[in-house]
Amino acid sequence: MRMNIHFKNRVACVGAGMTLFRRRLFETSDELMWLAARKALDEAGLTIRDIDCVVYGTAPDNFDGIHMQSEALADGGGALNKPYTRVYVGGGTGVFSAIAGWWHVASGLCRRVLVIAEEKMSHVQPHPQYVFHHIFDPVTEKPLGVNLIWIFALEMHRYMYKYNIKKEDIALVSVKNKRNALDHPAAQLGMKITVDDVLNSEVLVWPVQRLDISPISDGAVALVFTDEENAKQLTDEPIWIDGVGWSLDTMYWTNRDLAFPTYLYYAGKMAYKMAGIHNPKKEIDFAEVYDPFDYKELHHMEGLQLARKGEAPILTREGVTERDGDLPINPSGGLLGVGNPIAAAGLMKVAEVYWQLKGEAGRRQVKKDVVTGLAQAWGDLMQVGTVIIMRR
Amino acid sequence: MSRVALVGIGSTQYRPETSEKNFKELMYEAASRAYIDAGIEPRKDLDCVITASEDLWEGLAIFDEYVPDQLGGVLKPVFTVGGDGLHGIIHAYMLIKTGYFDLVAVEAHSKASEIETLQKIYHFAMDPLYIRPVVDNPYALAALEMMNIMRLLDITFDMLDMTIMKNHLNALEWGSPYARIYDYDNLESSEYVAQPLREVDIAPHVDGATVAVLASEEKAKELTDEPIWIEGVGWATQGGRIERNLHNFPVSLNTAGNMAYDMAGIENPMAELDFAEVDDRFSFRELASLAMLRLDGGDLMEMVVNGVYTLDGDFPVNTGGGFLGNGYPLEAGGMMKLLHAVKQLRGEAGFNQLDNPEKALVAVRREVPSNSYAVVILAR
Amino acid sequence: MKPENPPGTPYKRSEFEDGKILYTEDSLELWYRWSLGKYLGRYLEGLKEGKILGRYCRGCGRIYVPPREVCQYCFRETDEWVEVGDTGIVNTAVVSYIQADRSRMDKPLIIAVIELEGATEGMGILHKLGEVDPEDVINRKIFGKRVKAVWKPPEERTGSVNDILYFKPVEEV
Repeated sequence: MRMNIHFKNRVACVGAGMTLFRRRLFETSDELMWLAARKALDEAGLTIRDIDCVVYGTAPDNFDGIHMQSEALADGGGALNKPYTRVYVGGGTGVFSAIAGWWHVASGLCRRVLVIAEEKMSHVQPHPQYVFHHIFDPVTEKPLGVNLIWIFALEMHRYMYKYNIKKEDIALVSVKNKRNALDHPAAQLGMKITVDDVLNSEVLVWPVQRLDISPISDGAVALVFTDEENAKQLTDEPIWIDGVGWSLDTMYWTNRDLAFPTYLYYAGKMAYKMAGIHNPKKEIDFAEVYDPFDYKELHHMEGLQLARKGEAPILTREGVTERDGDLPINPSGGLLGVGNPIAAAGLMKVAEVYWQLKGEAGRRQVKKDVVTGLAQAWGDLMQVGTVIIMRR
Repeated sequence: MSRVALVGIGSTQYRPETSEKNFKELMYEAASRAYIDAGIEPRKDLDCVITASEDLWEGLAIFDEYVPDQLGGVLKPVFTVGGDGLHGIIHAYMLIKTGYFDLVAVEAHSKASEIETLQKIYHFAMDPLYIRPVVDNPYALAALEMMNIMRLLDITFDMLDMTIMKNHLNALEWGSPYARIYDYDNLESSEYVAQPLREVDIAPHVDGATVAVLASEEKAKELTDEPIWIEGVGWATQGGRIERNLHNFPVSLNTAGNMAYDMAGIENPMAELDFAEVDDRFSFRELASLAMLRLDGGDLMEMVVNGVYTLDGDFPVNTGGGFLGNGYPLEAGGMMKLLHAVKQLRGEAGFNQLDNPEKALVAVRREVPSNSYAVVILAR
Repeated sequence: MKPENPPGTPYKRSEFEDGKILYTEDSLELWYRWSLGKYLGRYLEGLKEGKILGRYCRGCGRIYVPPREVCQYCFRETDEWVEVGDTGIVNTAVVSYIQADRSRMDKPLIIAVIELEGATEGMGILHKLGEVDPEDVINRKIFGKRVKAVWKPPEERTGSVNDILYFKPVEEV
């Protein structure tokens, strides 16, 4: 891979839109896609006729309940008679669909791309969590009766063990994000809680408790990406996509070091190289880091080199990651606060970076002046890191 | 801007059963052959790995988890595209065109033999509100499409029979276990699956895996004297819910084809291309594809009756025997056709070898009941 | 403030259960007959015989459990079968109160990643811990301790990871 010094085809984000994130939404999957796409196109000042290509991201088909989901939902994505594909990296899909949108434009093939991520988890009865049972290896792991939360708990406990981190510090993340989400119009779980609330909540798989985790949600998010020429016509302040990176580790997660997300380190490195960033901690102004569980925000901060190993909880405790801190993390409220319709959640983070850089985040706007933002998602069996860096 | 070339391709045999290997071992077989063919060290050289798959074909949710190890992609940029292998090729093309990626591998495979409830999976792909309660057999949808296409394009059963016989004959060279030497009597006595769709009109399922390696122009010239250039790509979807679109032509194939032709600077496809490998999941689809891709010379019947599409004709179609002759490997369909096309262009097609072919088109459609198309134009 | 007026119509579970929401149901039962391939096949055979088998790669020297055809770091076929013994060190462990479908369990289950001693350092497998006090998991005393597999009696083994009932703590050697 090489570092291109000349940005041949700069890609800009010119519009974003999203639906509410809720446990159950009445609209069907394609209706949600349409609502989000409509919002994004309106913001960009475009119609679907102006769009060349559509990229769709969604997590397991089992949630929506249709095989070859992308095919069935193409109408909702406005993809009629257009180039259209679905990309997929498990939970990392949210940010990854944005990366895919990036290469559609950066390749020179498309000039205006619509990126949509959607998830409808409420379809699954009696509880969506059972779908996750099927991500595990059918021979070596499924027979043990695996539950998804086990692997998070195992990783969390290893992380706590290695760096001697207390649950109180991890709970601070949940407190912060849910509080941040009170200012997000689409948020599902914006609320004021305390560390004690988290520590007293139902224990699911020790050390994971109910308030440590993000909810099941329905929702959709859409973004519009264009090339430089179109961006300059449509807006005075396009937000540029300056770096992308992603990396997938081996499926044998039990053979790996669980205390540090190596895959994210590589994904981050790839994106930083492309964006010309040498000192992430200094050059990244704020970040939307994937937080399906509260400890994951800390884990990912360290993987992205935004904190030294074991340092992330200290930064959180010291308030560095608050909206008025030196390195705001998840000013949107993250998955813990806004909701977790898997793929849409990742794209929501990209939309947040976009809105923050445009200064349009209202009450969520971080205090410091921001030029460079990062959004990141994660997925599979503790396997994939997807990173996107945007600049004003 | 740099061009994109195919520098390596490797495949397992396509056969009805592959029970001695699990899917990972199948992928590894195809991948190691492709990397040797390309002359690369995957751990060092690969910039990205793409797999084309759908969870339910595999029976494993989030299939991309199971991909990197056996393709050399560990801790590299790897992803899945929910589409045919040819969609993967198109993404690889775009990635290389960005200028940040030099070597991208694309993989697709099929383990259809291991899916005991295949029919249910097709059913699960249909619209849950309007279609699933009404339609049981997915081939019924194909049959409706067939009636429509035959009427609108003036296709007769004789034309279909000729197509079937041609493809089976071409597939014999590949040692395909499904290839047969048919005559008209065999075809006439074929049973209806869903009238007018007969058993012989349907490509049976097959297992196998193929990996292709694409490179930037610079890298391609380092690796080989004879890269196969990707001159044009096109892809489009007719929208979801095939049930709502049956009264239309597969217009999106026309859109996808034109996108590829424009990119490749082709104005008169039949004159400027030497052969084509097009979708023949069902016999009528080959003829419909040719019409939509402007490869019907204005009169489809005349072309078929005069043998234009046979190996000896002016414009051979499905020189490898297509899906009808070799079987249909789910999302690896496009890769199988790509393999046939590349073998032809390289002069490695054995008994089926055409005389010095230079440009080819590969077009595929995804499995029933989907409606997405991918087109790639290759040139020596 | 963006996002402005995000659309969407939430509804409650009670509305659904009271029949206020019109819906259609479908359920799916899918059967697959996955080939194990040589390596996993032999692994399960080994479990039936009361052994944990791994594969050795001469290229990088790693011993892999579960065994596999391809060394994913060297991208070459692994070379030899190795019997790795059935003891290990607890890398991480948790106490689960819920089952795969999210319903609560009567008795908590202890799950762990156990680094097998005969394999490359850090080569862990997922399994259960038994004869361990959940408190020792919660306070992490069990981390780094040595454990040994407790097998089902030979006649009850079927060639599955469940042929090992659980791993239990043993004295340090």
